[in-house]
Amino acid sequence: MNEKIFNDFPQLKSGMIYFDTAATSLKPLSVIEAVNHYNKDLSSNINRGMYDKGIETTELYEETRVKIAHFINAKSEEIIFTRGATSSLNLVAYSWGLNNLDKDSEIIISEQEHHSQFLPWQFVSKKTGAKIKFIELDRFGRITVEAFKKTLTSKTKVVAINYVSNVLGYVNPIKEITELAHEVGAIVVIDGAQAVQHLKVDLKSLNIDFFAFSGHKMLGPTGIGVLYGKSSHLKVMQPFEYGGDMNEDVEKDISTWKKAPQKFEAGTMPIGSVIGLGKAVDYIENLGIENIDEYTKKLSRYLCDELLKLEGVTVYNPYSDSGVITYNLNGIPAHDAISYYAEKKIAIRSGQHCAKLIHDFLGIHSSLRATVYLYNTLDEVNTFIEVTKKAIEYFKEIGF
Amino acid sequence: MNLDNLYREIIMEHYKNPRNKGLLDDERYHKIRIKNPSCGDDITIQTLVEDDIIKDCRQEATGCSISVASASVLTEIMIGKPVEEALSLAENFLNMVSNKEFNHDMDLEEAEVFSGVKQFPARIKCASIAWVAFKDSLESE
Repeated sequence: MNEKIFNDFPQLKSGMIYFDTAATSLKPLSVIEAVNHYNKDLSSNINRGMYDKGIETTELYEETRVKIAHFINAKSEEIIFTRGATSSLNLVAYSWGLNNLDKDSEIIISEQEHHSQFLPWQFVSKKTGAKIKFIELDRFGRITVEAFKKTLTSKTKVVAINYVSNVLGYVNPIKEITELAHEVGAIVVIDGAQAVQHLKVDLKSLNIDFFAFSGHKMLGPTGIGVLYGKSSHLKVMQPFEYGGDMNEDVEKDISTWKKAPQKFEAGTMPIGSVIGLGKAVDYIENLGIENIDEYTKKLSRYLCDELLKLEGVTVYNPYSDSGVITYNLNGIPAHDAISYYAEKKIAIRSGQHCAKLIHDFLGIHSSLRATVYLYNTLDEVNTFIEVTKKAIEYFKEIGF
Repeated sequence: MNLDNLYREIIMEHYKNPRNKGLLDDERYHKIRIKNPSCGDDITIQTLVEDDIIKDCRQEATGCSISVASASVLTEIMIGKPVEEALSLAENFLNMVSNKEFNHDMDLEEAEVFSGVKQFPARIKCASIAWVAFKDSLESE
């Protein structure tokens, strides 16, 4: 990593090794300053303030929408701002799911899913009587097109899976899955929270129906996420939230709504965060997402290979396609191990990573997860491996 | 911060040889199960109260060493205690591990070994789960 990147991320100066990007990424100065700029100089509401600052703020807000649309190759009217990927997926489940499914419908999902994808559909299933079906994962926990085909029927109405797994780091074959799903008339809802920071997402080519992601895992602020939805769906869907700014006309007996995306952005949005997210997209595009992906993969490959050399470590995803490596120190509960890393100023994640079903699949209660990103270095990985060795020795010594 | 303040010998001993382990299929017992989805801990505490005395206390715990040892130590301390005393001990223990004001004069017996937990905010929940479940089991009487 070069000096410039180091200086761009102020939190790196604390000396902590940050290997928890899958939980949330660090934020570059340009993002921090953009959010501050809004709060310090521009505070005013969008689409309402008919004065200079209000107009400038609205322009910056809408500029981010255009940037996001370009970033994932979509049209800006298909970009809805939300609180995060969780909100985006809930929006689809409530607004599309509850109104289009019944007891004869089937929802296809996988055990890889983050709870933000699984739980909204479990809720919809309970409400509508639609049946949830799981794609049978292969022995490494991967989704294959072959296994997906076995789950798909003429009753399938929704396919709700992730693009990149937040525990196993696999890139799923969503293009092929989407083509097959469309043949039976199902819609495809993709959780892209771990994808946008690594892959060039081309929604025109992928042709999926809904795509959700968070800003804070791709260098942006927390509290802002995106839902992409095909115009044809957004046009007929009911709002998810009702309130200010999303309506066109309000009468005592009946009211009408603005067109998408405004129809789905009720109330005052996290304006500063939206403006910050625009800068996060700029940052990624300036470096080039292919370069980021290549660098990250090289680093995580090295990390994984070094872990595999150690006696007393189980790696659950030796074939990870991204920066995510999930493992355990044998015989040491993840929550014990994490305290050792924390003491050595290494931030990784322990637990179930909001994905219990994949832990059930792996037959474990919890795991450790290290994720690397563009601001991490080979030196940091070497330190991490040394600390891992020492952790194993330490826990052995005290009787684990 | 030194991990040795956390991993005391007595804690490791209880982790490896947990006391009063295994639940009973006896409806006189009150049972509370608490799961911590963020870390995978799964703790069940079972209590039998007769004449306001805790006659028996059982546990079944899966999780990290701190949560498992804490459940084990809890059961040993509580058996034979009057309910009222047991509740105030549990309250005092929870205050101690979460770095709140607590009564230093109250004898927490072996549970004193968890006093180091307060230096590790991330582990407070691990030490607390069994004790919260225990309190709940008495309050569900």
